[in-house]
Amino acid sequence: MSWLDTVVQGVLLGGLYALFAAGLSLVFGIMRLVNLAHGDLIVLAAYLILVLVTALGLNPFVAALVAMPIMFAAGWALQRLVLNRTLGDDILPPLLVTFGLSIVIQNALLEGFSADSRRIYAGGIETASLAIGPVNVGVMPLLTLASAVLAIVALNQLFYRTSLGRAFRATSDDPVTAGLMGIRPNRIFAQATGVAMVVVTIAALYLGTRANFDPATGPSRLIYAFEAVIIGGLGSLWGTLAGGIIIGVAQTVGAAVNPEWQILAGHVAFLAVLLARPRGLFPRAVD
Amino acid sequence: MTLLQTRDLKAFYGDFQALFGIDLALAAGETVAIIGANGAGKTTLLRSVSGIIANAPEAVTLEGRPIGALAAPEVVALGIAMVPEGRKLFASLSVEENLLIGRYGRDVAGPWTLDSVYGLFPVLKERRNVPATALSGGQQQMVAIGRALMSNPRVLLCDEISLGLAPVVIRDIYAAFPRIRESGAAIVIVEQDIGQALRVAERVYCMMEGRVTLSGRPGELSREAIHAAYFGVHA
Repeated sequence: MSWLDTVVQGVLLGGLYALFAAGLSLVFGIMRLVNLAHGDLIVLAAYLILVLVTALGLNPFVAALVAMPIMFAAGWALQRLVLNRTLGDDILPPLLVTFGLSIVIQNALLEGFSADSRRIYAGGIETASLAIGPVNVGVMPLLTLASAVLAIVALNQLFYRTSLGRAFRATSDDPVTAGLMGIRPNRIFAQATGVAMVVVTIAALYLGTRANFDPATGPSRLIYAFEAVIIGGLGSLWGTLAGGIIIGVAQTVGAAVNPEWQILAGHVAFLAVLLARPRGLFPRAVD
Repeated sequence: MTLLQTRDLKAFYGDFQALFGIDLALAAGETVAIIGANGAGKTTLLRSVSGIIANAPEAVTLEGRPIGALAAPEVVALGIAMVPEGRKLFASLSVEENLLIGRYGRDVAGPWTLDSVYGLFPVLKERRNVPATALSGGQQQMVAIGRALMSNPRVLLCDEISLGLAPVVIRDIYAAFPRIRESGAAIVIVEQDIGQALRVAERVYCMMEGRVTLSGRPGELSREAIHAAYFGVHA
């Protein structure tokens, strides 16, 4: 049953990629902002959790809960003070500014934490596993996928069941008319980036507990996140989960065939989907 | 008692001047029509009042309070709601969500609620869960009007609500105006369709090339005078 095992591991890995991608998808969907520093923000949040764990002796899951409001505030401030000034008809300023932000974060982390790779220890849960039928499943990967699904359910509830969610979608459709409804787009964008940073914190928890990370880890995470968002269709959160799972399965299947093909297989799957469905699997009806 | 007033209102798009000193007054509960040809500056006037275009603070006043420099979200909070030209419904929102978002910036008690808007336009209730842009043009216009009413405005600004609609549909929509008036809102109707505007308005302003060329009560204005003020030709 090794193929079944391979696919199951791939699906679970996809949960991690979906968590990487959900915040990116959210921000792009609402304000058409491509955040090139997204991967670095995940790494930044991982260091924040690491500091909370080592300095205060917190359990990593508790530390992530503590980090969430801090990251929300950081995202809110980043959007209000920096990114809102870059938004406009020209798509270049946000790309340049977030690219610069990516370099700033990497170098600041390098100054603060050195280039040594780190890991967040979660007290043995990393190596625990469950036997589900014929396959053994790691507890941590299972928690990752469950968290990704929960995060996406929660974001969908926020989007489609609340007044703030309506304001998100209305602002995304037409910011001028949203202003006539009393919506201040800059405030809406700041709240959206804050929410995205909460998801980033969840992603950081699993990034940091499952594998080593260092200040330069961000950009490679960003690529998987981008691919997941584009496979799923821009602006669709469930599509982002599907995109993450497709990349995850492609990687584990590729690695099962030949260990050198793991990364390549993920990118090939991305290109294959793009070839067949250029707008992604679940594009939004209106763009 | 003057509710809304503009004094020497000038508006620019870059170097292009669209309005050359507009003086206009609206009493509480009054219905005023602004007519004029394409490019006369009617839409610019509404965009200035609603805060999409910023002006000198004193150029627009609400009960004497200068609001000309306020942004759109602050203006709607004070009770001036706009039905924008071309309806501008939110495509990702259902009919009901479009209505609900109308009270985002001004959630006050008043005659207008989801139920009373559905009472005004019953067809919307049947289609409340449909994406707003899937409706016919006339129904979309009803949503746009309902969305503005949801903030229980003191002033309702309507920009070209008959544009692109069949005459029978236009008649249906204008049939709602007496009830909107009874709710106490003052109404500014901008139209190219003079006949419709003159039927519902108590006073009318005619604009041409960024200036008011004629104003008065519909019954007191001759066809020739309106013709001259509208087209700039003297019969």
